[in-house]
Amino acid sequence: MATTIMPPPAPKKVNRVGLEQADYKGNKSTLCAGCGHNAISERIIEACFELGVEPYRVAKLSGIGCSSKSPAYFLRASHGFNAVHGRMPSVATGTVLTNRTIMALGVSGDGDTASIGIGQFVHLMRRNLPCVYIIEDNGCYGLTKGQFSATADLGSKLKTGVVNDLPPIDTCALAIQLGATYVARSFSGDKKQLLALLEGALVHRGTAMLDVISPCVSFNDHEGSTKSYSYVKDHDEPLSDVSFIPYFEDITVDYAPGTAAEITLHDGSRLVLKKLRSDYDPHNKAEALRLLTASHDTGNLVTGLFYIDTERPNFIDLLNLVDAPLATLPESRTRPPKSVLDEVMDSLR
Amino acid sequence: MTATSGPGISLMAEFVGLGYYTEVPVVIFDVERVGPSTGLPTRTAQGDILKNALLSHGDTKHLMLIPCSTEECFSMAVEAFDLAEEFQTPVFVMSDLDLGMNNWMADGFDYPSKPMARGKVLSAEDLDRLGGFDRYKDVDGDGIGYRTLPGTKHPKAGFLTRGSGHNEQAIYSERPEVYVGNMDRLAHKFETARSRLPKPEIQDAKGAEVGVLAYGTTHWAIVEALDQLRKEQGVTAGYCRVRAFPISLEVFDFIHRHRRVYVVEQNRDAQMLSLLRMEVDAADAGRLRSVLHYNGLPVDARSVTDAIVAQEARN
Repeated sequence: MATTIMPPPAPKKVNRVGLEQADYKGNKSTLCAGCGHNAISERIIEACFELGVEPYRVAKLSGIGCSSKSPAYFLRASHGFNAVHGRMPSVATGTVLTNRTIMALGVSGDGDTASIGIGQFVHLMRRNLPCVYIIEDNGCYGLTKGQFSATADLGSKLKTGVVNDLPPIDTCALAIQLGATYVARSFSGDKKQLLALLEGALVHRGTAMLDVISPCVSFNDHEGSTKSYSYVKDHDEPLSDVSFIPYFEDITVDYAPGTAAEITLHDGSRLVLKKLRSDYDPHNKAEALRLLTASHDTGNLVTGLFYIDTERPNFIDLLNLVDAPLATLPESRTRPPKSVLDEVMDSLR
Repeated sequence: MTATSGPGISLMAEFVGLGYYTEVPVVIFDVERVGPSTGLPTRTAQGDILKNALLSHGDTKHLMLIPCSTEECFSMAVEAFDLAEEFQTPVFVMSDLDLGMNNWMADGFDYPSKPMARGKVLSAEDLDRLGGFDRYKDVDGDGIGYRTLPGTKHPKAGFLTRGSGHNEQAIYSERPEVYVGNMDRLAHKFETARSRLPKPEIQDAKGAEVGVLAYGTTHWAIVEALDQLRKEQGVTAGYCRVRAFPISLEVFDFIHRHRRVYVVEQNRDAQMLSLLRMEVDAADAGRLRSVLHYNGLPVDARSVTDAIVAQEARN
């Protein structure tokens, strides 16, 4: 009797918490094929897999719009909350306050953030709430046929020929000015840079704001648009080569002195910024704002980590919360005893 | 929990609809002031009853508790938290500016006699035992599903809460039968709540033809007006103080027992009367009369008594 010996199946790659990359996937995307948002979802899956994030510790949060649908397309096992238009920040704040051990991963869009949600956005930034805030930025309202959003560049043209004559809100400049402590811009098509910036953001213990230019293939990918794939590829000007080294990997990076900056994050992980402009200091707010202002004049899209501050206390530190998640405190710790009420009543008699 | 007044609630109406449809517990204190718009921001009214009952777009309806005193503000706050978590829905506590911002005498607050109710929350151990759960499935026949809290360490704990149409597994769905099933379950949950809310306070007067129905701080004027009616007019009236929405069946029985029921409230449009009319037996609807006071000042007994006497004279 002939026997066929099957080769043993190749061992599946698992991360440090024993999960495969497939464990970080979500449902099938219903966004347009080629939408930048899908590439961002893929990078989120990769980043969480590589970092060994435990899905139960993540809360995926979003508002309304194409971008805000995407949390259904990654991290299936995590809790998620699809809030109302522009108001993901208040839900993110509530989530983190009730359980400080949760990693809040917010996904918003330029319409969600820069128009209806701008009020909530600015307060989240100034609170430095520990969370990742991703803006999937395509400069238009893709769910309602592509009208300009508030991040559309001056002079950018709609498919219909309408030219945008209002200046854009630069969400990165705003975030830096208001107090966010990890601020970066990237491009959905730049896999390596986006992955490294995402990993750094997930480790950072403060507000990490990532504005990711993410072309809308249906309504904003034509000649004359400044958020199209071809425009972004032609005008992308990376500030540096970004690499992320997690704390649990013992890797040394060789670089000639003065050619790279190394930033140590809260858990000991490192961001290495190579070929960084020698005169650029990502710890300097004013310099970051100057860079962004200048980029508006040249029309170039500067990407990379603009600003980082690992020292500023975050919102949870400032509130001086107990270590245990508030949501799980037993009644003995949340309801004062009868004697306390009696004392208050007696003091009023 | 949040405390606000009418304008704050108008502003956040969309969130309240989200809370209703996604079944998220929240307690909202409404210290009602005079509207519409900025209205008389330092004056009192009961003008948010109808709006809050049905707040937000689509088919929505919400639980409301209506305190008349500082003691009840305290006890109903405790109750509101329990109800919000048990029924996984927004709960309004309908105070008003007179009650919320003026000094009141009180006998003192009673310490809660029951432990906090957290409702149907599954732990990681529960999930091990059950092997999983469906967030919006009516397992117990009361319309209330089981939920998990974010951060529960179990691979089956997570789900995506969404304000868009969803099935029992909390997954996006636009299927007609799924939408109808979910909306009907929410209506059933609301009915389950009806008998679980604070009961009305009813004072029956033997053989009384006239009943008075009020709620919230209007109560204090009614206590005095009932005295005035008895002493000045020789009319002994029954009294029903509504303390919650949806309205208890006992309230409809009270209406049925009286020939004429004066609904006294502090707004122009007879808002509680409108809510009663939505549910009262058609045969009893004609028994309802309205006494309204909406000048921004707390309602006084004399206005109530005079209005009832004037309407009685026409009968």
